[in-house]
Parts: sequence; structure tokens; C-alpha cells
Amino acid sequence: MKQGRIRRDHTVAIAFAVFVLLAALGPWLPQWAMFIMTVAVARGLVVLGLLLLLRAGLVSFGQALFYCLGAYSAGALGRFFGISDIFVEMLVGGAVAAATAFVLGFLLARYRGIFFGLLSLALSMILYGLLVKSEALGSTDGFNILPSTLFGVRPGPDWVRYAVLVSAAAVALVAALAVHRYLNTPLGRLAPAIKDNEIRVEYMGASARRAVHVKYVIAGGLAGVGGALAATVVGHIDPEMAYWTTSGEFIFIAILAGTGNVIAPFVGALIYGAIHTMAYDLSPNTWQMTLGVALLLLIVFLPSGLWSAFSRFRWR
Amino acid sequence: MSFGNRLAVVALTALAAAAAAPSALAQNVKIGIVAFISGPAAAPFGVPAKNAADFVIDELNAGRGPAPYDKKGFGGATIETVVVDEAGSTTTQVTEFRNLVQRHNVDLVIGYISSGNCLAIAPVAEELKKFTNFFDCGTPRIFEDAAYKYVFRTSPTATMDSVGAALYVRDARPNIKSIAGLNQNYAWGQDSWGDFELAMKVLVPNLEVKTSQMPKLFAGQYNAEISALLGAKADVIHSSFWDGDLEALILQGGPRGLMKSSLTILTTGETAMHKLGAQIPDGTVLGARGPFGPFAPDNAYNKWFAAGFEKRFNAPANYASYQMAQAILGVKLAWEKAQAAMGGGTTAGGKRPTNEQVAAALENMTFEGPGGTVRMAIGKGHQAIMETAYGTTRLANGKLTLVNVKRYPAEKVNPPEGVKSADWIKNGFKQN
Amino acid sequence: MKIVNVTHGSFYAIGAYAAASMTAAWLAHGYPPMLSYAVLVVAAIVVAAPFAILIERVILRPLYSRDEVVILLVTYALFLILEDVVKLIWGVNPYFIAEPYALLGSFQVAGMAYPTYNLILVAVALFFGGGLAWLLHSTRAGKLLLAVIHDPEVSRAMGVNVGRYYLATFALGSLLAALAGAFTAPTVSVVPGLGVEVIVLSFAVVVIGGLGSLPGAAVGAVMVGLVRSLSVHYMPQVELFVIYFVMAVVLALRPRGLFSLAEPRKI
Repeated sequence: MKQGRIRRDHTVAIAFAVFVLLAALGPWLPQWAMFIMTVAVARGLVVLGLLLLLRAGLVSFGQALFYCLGAYSAGALGRFFGISDIFVEMLVGGAVAAATAFVLGFLLARYRGIFFGLLSLALSMILYGLLVKSEALGSTDGFNILPSTLFGVRPGPDWVRYAVLVSAAAVALVAALAVHRYLNTPLGRLAPAIKDNEIRVEYMGASARRAVHVKYVIAGGLAGVGGALAATVVGHIDPEMAYWTTSGEFIFIAILAGTGNVIAPFVGALIYGAIHTMAYDLSPNTWQMTLGVALLLLIVFLPSGLWSAFSRFRWR
Repeated sequence: MSFGNRLAVVALTALAAAAAAPSALAQNVKIGIVAFISGPAAAPFGVPAKNAADFVIDELNAGRGPAPYDKKGFGGATIETVVVDEAGSTTTQVTEFRNLVQRHNVDLVIGYISSGNCLAIAPVAEELKKFTNFFDCGTPRIFEDAAYKYVFRTSPTATMDSVGAALYVRDARPNIKSIAGLNQNYAWGQDSWGDFELAMKVLVPNLEVKTSQMPKLFAGQYNAEISALLGAKADVIHSSFWDGDLEALILQGGPRGLMKSSLTILTTGETAMHKLGAQIPDGTVLGARGPFGPFAPDNAYNKWFAAGFEKRFNAPANYASYQMAQAILGVKLAWEKAQAAMGGGTTAGGKRPTNEQVAAALENMTFEGPGGTVRMAIGKGHQAIMETAYGTTRLANGKLTLVNVKRYPAEKVNPPEGVKSADWIKNGFKQN
Repeated sequence: MKIVNVTHGSFYAIGAYAAASMTAAWLAHGYPPMLSYAVLVVAAIVVAAPFAILIERVILRPLYSRDEVVILLVTYALFLILEDVVKLIWGVNPYFIAEPYALLGSFQVAGMAYPTYNLILVAVALFFGGGLAWLLHSTRAGKLLLAVIHDPEVSRAMGVNVGRYYLATFALGSLLAALAGAFTAPTVSVVPGLGVEVIVLSFAVVVIGGLGSLPGAAVGAVMVGLVRSLSVHYMPQVELFVIYFVMAVVLALRPRGLFSLAEPRKI
């Protein structure tokens, strides 16, 4: 009991500390680094949702569906309504994705294991197919998003990276802490129980299906916010955001980061992004191999994900 | 080690990597080259383009280019390159473009084959104020949907391929009544077929479209589609397939008599000529996305480029190579023109034109390359137009030759300034 | 074996490349074309086997004790590595070997020419499917394998060499993937990225058919192929995602796939 309480305090404190550090150091970081970090925050949000599902033993191969929905919602806001406020985009992206997750959850919450995974993949690929067919939305070429504004103000070219990064980090902070709180509620604590033995959970009176449905909606909403953020940062959206390889990247980061802590997804996403870009830089002809080797080494030496490296040293 | 320390280590490592990025010798010109060097687009486009870049840049650095490209490098300074693989998602490509500009500090960027990437990169190039020349891409949307100061494209759009195809087909089969299509189900295939269908409907009243097959990109297996096409018995079949899909189509369709039952036009067929020559049935129409490869004019630039490329790489240059070559040559000319406007001197001597000056020089410029005349005439002077050509295959003495070659001047196959491609076709190709 | 194996796609690609390059060399040397079919098979097996054994022994074996998802991750990393290894060995240019495909000619069906090679492929698939089923259900080794998959701990306690069975299973699965690639090679152009699409399709087939069910996999494969061909003819617009649609529908109606085996659960 005492250990649990210490762990919770640390997380909130660490999260705030990281945010403050980022906001303070931000203006001195090179622009390209800030870009990579913002993309990492976006991916981290998606992976945060995956963390919820992974704790319940569910591997969703289709988070790209919500990521893409969030992105296209943000794009639609700009294209059809002329709205480019970054917070509105994230909010709408998250809402659209969460609503879709709510509807799909009725079907998906019944499944477990690889069937859950592949059904979610199938749904995401259906969206991909629909988007590729839609020539109005540019098919595989996609379309561009209006440059972001914050509360009606468009930041100047020197400040835009910083402004977007801090906004994104703020949203991520709120999301991470919210998930952290959720994990300590009865519904949240149900996750490892569902993973271990679902029949006992039902026997004790809780509804595993409802719990999974709720988690699926949260994960979908988070992925939508991440997608909207990624879209505004990159400035371009295309159907590949719904492709299964995009989901694969998220799963990879999720497992790499481990399910230990809500900060882990963001750290994992950052490290993945860093390794990815370094691989392109160091070996443009064989970046896939470099990436694969680096990831393999990380897996082999960090069995429960990156977070185990931290926690291993903490209990010393 | 606590969490905070770990985070610091990660951050410092990232920054160290940043500092470790090599900085160019002050007197060199650093160019970022982006093309597919992995994945299915590498073999037909990316690698030939990169090879062309290597060849042209080496020749230029040695001062061996034909006049007016005979000055060393760019304006006397040696050219060095940073190569980036175009494979990966658009997020990756935008990240790597920003890295090229902000971490590697390249002077300019020449690259991009995929239309999706071009569309994504254009506003980023504009935001970062970095001169960028798209050497391939197909989509006309870039300069039709927006105007740019720093972004250029020295190759014509895919509209030209489709309109040229329609003109050739109508000339070859004046009594044509029906068409069918086999194109990959993504933007390139959809747009190519869309433009071709539109153009044909304008040229031939009461045209019947029998079927439009749109298999998935890289499907590899087209027996079902070929069966459907054979059953449709259209007069003309149009396909914009490339690389593996194109080869598969030829290998699967040829033996089944597809090219004999309908006049088949392969708008990017040139890339398959060299490898699959003997397998392509006679009477197939091939295109090279412009006056490239077998359609290239017999000028000094082509003599230098084609012979030198083939000698170095043991393979003939295909249209992607030509496009990259003229992209580099065009930029070189603009650079030197801007430099001359600064009052002479050489880049090595410190006279380095800014991106704005080079951009102003390339706007509306006309220059000659291995493919012939390139005119930066539309898209407010940022988009090139060229003539195009198509030919019909005939096997002669075991070697594939092209007969009945027809050339169409640039004005006939490219829209005028300020008019969207789709509108231009619908209005009957008017060049007001 | 309860492994979600992404490297399966890499073996498909390795088999295709090995078969294509060796057959091309064989034909270039002027050896009898009719034997090229044997070359396809031999090339795939000879090249893929060392990869399979190396991967299973060196990389997978130490990781079996970990969570299932870790293995998924490892196979994904391996897939990335193998993509570039294949590129380094065979280059980016497409390989094509037309002869094995064209040699068998075509026959007339309903007024259209249909290649004989494709029909032979169906027969080959039936042969391998049937062979595998026989192996698993009628031989001692096969039954032991089923036991090992169901409960490795108890099997080990009963004296079965579980490690060797894991190796054999992984090798067999990978070789089948390689052979599939080899047989497909003459009908397509072998290009980089060949392995990527196949992974998702094969998972789709397995899921539709039901996990662990061989007749299910066969039915699933036939369904996927038929649905795709039918959609090409009648509704080309949906061809892109019709497979996934079918997968979703099948799973919605039969949550464990069409021919799912009753799986005893431990409470």
C-alpha cells in the first residue's frame, strides 16, 4: 500500500517537472528537435491509449483508424470551415474519434486476443480503402492543413515550433494525468484483472465488457487527439495514416515503452522517433536494418519495456 | 540513476547528434537529394534518378558539362550532396526535410517522386524559405492549388501524359469507339485514368467506357482484371502501371493476348523497355512521360548524358534519370545567372546567391537539357512544360524498336497559365 | 505456436527472390526449362532454411519465456532487418522469370484463355495442405507437436524435447512461406516490399478460417480469393477493402473464425 502511494506521487511530480523543463528549455532547442519532440508527443498520446488496452491484455492493431479520423477531422475543419486553432482541432479530432470508438466498441468489446487485434485492423483498413477511393479528399495524395493558430493568433515563424510544442505538451500532461487518475479508479484497476482471468471478474459482479468498451473509447479519443496534433504539425494528411503499418508503429512504441507508467509512452515515442531519424541519417541505404537492429537490442536488454530500466534502478 | 538523469542523458545525446552533423566546407554547395532508394519505387525511379544525380554532379564538378553547363560545379564551387531515402510516411518525409534544412543546412533541395510527398513538402519548403525543386511527382495540384516562391518543378505534370496518350490513340485509331482502363487504385492511377477518360471524351464524341479496372497498388496478380478486360473487348486499353506492376501486366497479359485484342497504351512503359523488351508484344504503345529515353532529341546534352550514363551504370538512362538530370542543370543555370547578376565572381570566391535570388532567376526561365527544351511557363513561372512523344513497339532483329513515333508540342498537351488541368481538358484544350 | 510472426512475410520474400534469381541463372545457363520447377522449390528451401534455423535458435529461443507481445515485437524488428538484408543480397531491381509460367501454356475456359500454371498451383496447395494435415494428425511427430503447442510445460515434463519441436515448427512454417513465395514468383515481378502485403492477407485468412484449424485456413484462403475476384468483376470500387470487410463480417458472426476449435480454458 505504501509503495503504491509513493509511485503515484512521483508520477504527477515527474510529469509536471518534465513539462516545466520543456517550457523553460524550449526556446533554446533547435527547431528540428522541437519538431521531432512534437511528433513524439502526438504519437505518445496514441500510445497512451494503447497502454490502457494493453493493461487489459488487448492489443489493438487498429488505433490508426482513430489517429486518421482525428487527422482528417482537423483537416476538414481547415478545409471546409477555415478553422485552424490547434486546440479546437485537437478537441474535435478527439471527439470524432471517441464517438466512432463508442459505436465500434459495441462490436469490438466482445472480442479478445488476436481476434480483437485483427478485427480492429480490419476496421482501420476499411477506412483506408474508403479514403483512397475518395478523390474529393485527394485519395492517396491527401491534402494540406492550414497553419496552426493559437487562440486566434498565428505565431511567427521563429516561435511556431515552440508554441505548438508547448501546447501539445500541455494537452499531453492533462491526458497523462487524467489516465493516471483513471487507472486508480475501480474501473481502471479492472484492467489487469481482465487480462488475468476474465471469468473471475464477471463472477465477482463487474462487467468486463463494459470496462473494455470504456477503455476502447478513451483509447480512441486519445488517438484522435494525437492524430489531429500530428496533422497540424506535419501540415499534411493522407490515407496512409489509417494503414496497418501506422498501427504497427504505435504498437511497437507501446510495447517498447512498457505499461508501467503513463509517462512511458511519451518517452518511448521520443526514443523511437530519435532512432528512426538517426537511422535515416547514418545509413540512408539501409535505414530499415539499422532501425530493426536498434529496436532488437532495446527489446533484448529491456524485457518489460523501457520503463523497467527506470524502475529497476529506483527500488535499489 | 534517477529518472531525471536518464532524461538528461537522452536529451544530451540528441543534442550531441545535432552538433555532430557535419557542416559543409564554406565554399561548397550542399544539395539535398531525396528519392526512393528502398521499396518498390526504388528500381524504376529512385535509383535511376540517384544514379543520374551522381553522374551529372560528378561531371559538373569536373567541369565536363556541355556548354552552357561547363562551369565547374555550381558557379565554380564543388557540389556535395546529402541523400535522403524517400521511403516512409509523409510524417517521416517532412521530418527528414526539416532535418535537411535545419540540421544539415543544405543550400537547396532537389528531389521527390511521390505526389503525396510533394504536396506535403511544398508548404514546408515555403515556411523554411528553402529553394526546392521537385524533379518528378505527377500531380498538377501543386501549382494549381497554391502559389509558391521557393518551390519549383522542372518536369511537366502527369496531365501531359494522359492528354498526349489520348491524342496519339485518336491519331492511331481514328474510328475508335470504346476505351477501357487498368490503373492502380491510388492518386496517380486515378488521376491518370481520369484525365485520359476526360480527354478522350472531348476528342471522340459518344465514346463508350467499357470498364475501368482499379486494382490495388502492388497487387502483382492481374488475372482477374485481364479476364475482365478481355471480355470487355474495348478498342483501346489505357494503363499507367509502373515497375513491378507494369512488368507483371506485360508478363501476364502478353501471353493471354491482351495487347493484341485491344490497342494497349502504357503511359510509363519506357521503364520496362530495356528489361522486358522481347516480352512486349508488337503494337503496344509506350510513353516515357515526356521527350526522354528513346524519344530524347539528338542534341549535345543527350549525347553527353545518355552515353556517359550508360557507360557508368551499364544500363540505359530512363525517364526518371532524365528528369533528375534536367532538374540539376536547370538549377545550375539559375544559380549562375543569379551569381552573374550579383556582379560576377565565383561561389568559391564567396559570391553565393541567396535562395531568393536563385528562385527569381529560375522563374520563367527556358533552358535546354538532354530531353530538349524546358520552359518554366506555367504555375507563375514555377512549373515546366515540354513536348511529349509516344511510339508503337515493333520487334526488329530481336531488339525492341519504336515506330510511328509522334511528337506533340508543349502547348497542345499542357494547360495554359492560370487554368486548372481538369478545366482545360473539359473546355477542349483551348490555349487562349 | 501462439506466435504472431511478422517475419513470415520476410520468408515469403526470401523464397520469391531466391527462386527467381536461381531460376533466372539456371535458364541463362541453358539448362532444361522443364526442370526449372524443381529449381524453384530447391532454391526456396536451400536459402530459407538457414535463415529460419538461425533466427529461431539465436533470437527467438531466449525469448520464449517472455510475454507473447514481446515475440511479436521481435519478429517485427527482424522483419525490418530482413527487408534490408534481402535488398542487400538481391538489389532493388525487379526479378522476373517468365518461363515456368509460360511453358505450361494455357487452356480455354468459357471462351477465355486461362494459364495452366495457376491450376497446377491449386493442386500444389491442396497437396501441401493435405500433407500438413496428415503430418499433424496421423503421424506421431505431428501429434506430439499438437501436444507441445497446447501445453509446453506438461509436454516437457513428459520428456518431449520441446525446443526441437519449436525449431521444427518455426522452420516448417517459414519454409512453407518461402515455397509460397517461390511458386508465386513466376507469375509476378519480384520487387522489394513483396513481403509486406502478404502478412496481413495471411493473417486475414487464418482469422477467417479460425485459429489453429487447417481446413479453416483452406476455406479462408478460397473465400478471400473468390471474394476478391468477384469484386473485381462486379464491384471494382470496393476491391480495395472488401477482404477486410469480409473479415469483419465473419468475425462479427463467428467471433472465433469459421472453423474454430473448441479451446479449453483454464480458470
